[in-house]
Amino acid sequence: MLDSEVVEHVSRLARLTLSDEEKDKMRVELSKTLEHFRALSELDTSAIPPTAQVIPIENNMREDAVGDCLPKDDVLANAPRTRGDYIRVPAVLKAF
Amino acid sequence: MLDRIHSIDARVRAYITLTPDLAMRQAAEADERLRHPDAPRLCGVPLALKDVLSTRNVKTTCGSKILGNFVPPFDATVVSMLRDAGAVTVGKTNMDEFAMGSSTENSGFFPTFNPWDLDRVPGGSSGGSAAAVAADECIAALGSDTGGSVRQPAALCGVVGMRPTYGRVSRYGLVAFASSLDQIGPITKDVTDCAILMQAISGHDALDSTSLQADVPDYESSLHADVAGLKVGLPREYMAAGVDEGVRGVVLKAIDRLTEAGMEIVDISLPHTEYALATYYVIAPAEASANLARYNGVKYGYFDPDSDGVEELMMNSRGTGFGAEVKRRIMLGTFALSSGYYDAYYLRAQKVRTLIKRDFDQAFESVDLIVTPTSPTVAFPVGEKVDDPISMYLSDVMTLPGPIAGIPGISVPCGFSQGLPVGLQFMAPPLGETVLLRAAHAYEQLAGVESATARKAV
Repeated sequence: MLDSEVVEHVSRLARLTLSDEEKDKMRVELSKTLEHFRALSELDTSAIPPTAQVIPIENNMREDAVGDCLPKDDVLANAPRTRGDYIRVPAVLKAF
Repeated sequence: MLDRIHSIDARVRAYITLTPDLAMRQAAEADERLRHPDAPRLCGVPLALKDVLSTRNVKTTCGSKILGNFVPPFDATVVSMLRDAGAVTVGKTNMDEFAMGSSTENSGFFPTFNPWDLDRVPGGSSGGSAAAVAADECIAALGSDTGGSVRQPAALCGVVGMRPTYGRVSRYGLVAFASSLDQIGPITKDVTDCAILMQAISGHDALDSTSLQADVPDYESSLHADVAGLKVGLPREYMAAGVDEGVRGVVLKAIDRLTEAGMEIVDISLPHTEYALATYYVIAPAEASANLARYNGVKYGYFDPDSDGVEELMMNSRGTGFGAEVKRRIMLGTFALSSGYYDAYYLRAQKVRTLIKRDFDQAFESVDLIVTPTSPTVAFPVGEKVDDPISMYLSDVMTLPGPIAGIPGISVPCGFSQGLPVGLQFMAPPLGETVLLRAAHAYEQLAGVESATARKAV
């Protein structure tokens, strides 16, 4: 069973607020799921290269040319809070 | 079509958003274009789009409260392609939140019900699209398939669903779940419609850096090529324990039919099949945890107005905006990628991915196609698996290995068990869509398209 500290740490890494009830549930469910994954360690993969993607395309480059962009107003229309042409967020640095 | 939707969608609940005004405008334009003899193939055909596909000026929620008010400023490439081909789009269909699920019960808004039995799930995550096609609430639809999300609901709703080769169809404008696995595919009433839709959405797109440069064949004319002599592999691992007896019987009977068409059935083995589920459920959540980092209450989507400081804003917006299954997978993926666990989970899963891909490469040295059930069971009752993640994950056990290897697959209806539809899945090597369509079409011709609409609940 996962420690509650691990659940706490991972939720922090994921920037995901969980209620205490959710954390308890997560601990049980993640432990069960990881148990299932133990099957993967039965295989000897020491000589097997990893596959990250399955197509024969690498470094798909294009001309470094300016093209059309989405209209600024349309893009900003989805932002919860804006000021002028900027997206507004709460203070990033806290005052000391 | 709109009348049909209004008369039954209160019971099926296939759509999140309907766009009747847009549809009527597009229909009027289509009428105009149809006066000319060179009108495009899909001119005036009413289609539905899974709500994972971005539509300009039309709300795109991805089944999530976190995108509950999101209105994309652009169209997905496939949406533009369908519009160029004259299609009329009637609405956006329901889905499991961020395409994570196998029953559409994980939608952030409401579940969709199976048109064959309204007490059962339509499958998922493209359950809204499959239910809409089955209930005649559109002529055809697009879905997306990361681990089976087109083929499994197609099977459970008694319609045709195809997952193309990774890279065949542009993913630009598809809300990302697991980028090395996601593909867009058609859900249709028969194999011919599937070929027509594939024609409309396939091809290279400079806006998707994983899009293949390969030429697009004439899918519709490939339907009629001879299937005699095709070698079809039946992997013994897919008929093992876990397949419902009724489903097994129907599928074996369907496979007999293939020999009537002159196909040769060969027993094969894909030895790493049993590891596909764990491989998928490490890789897909890992990629999802990265892709879903963008939902943080800043640029778009739900934000928590009471947070103090930007980090709290991000954490709380995500904590409130995401549903239970999405949180579960973000946690799982973040864990698998985290320092100390990366090698044991993520890297190992990527290595097993190589082994699974090699299984298919080797099999396709001796067979043209592989045939399996699409899903181990028929549609299950609403609520049955919702509190048991592993049992829900197992309903995709037949459809997960293909995406891991990047190969295409199709599900065609092949009969009934307990009065509910069963799907037959074909898989082919990369870019083998033509042979998939050919075999599926041959089977469909032999079996006869079920004229079973009247037997449906709606």
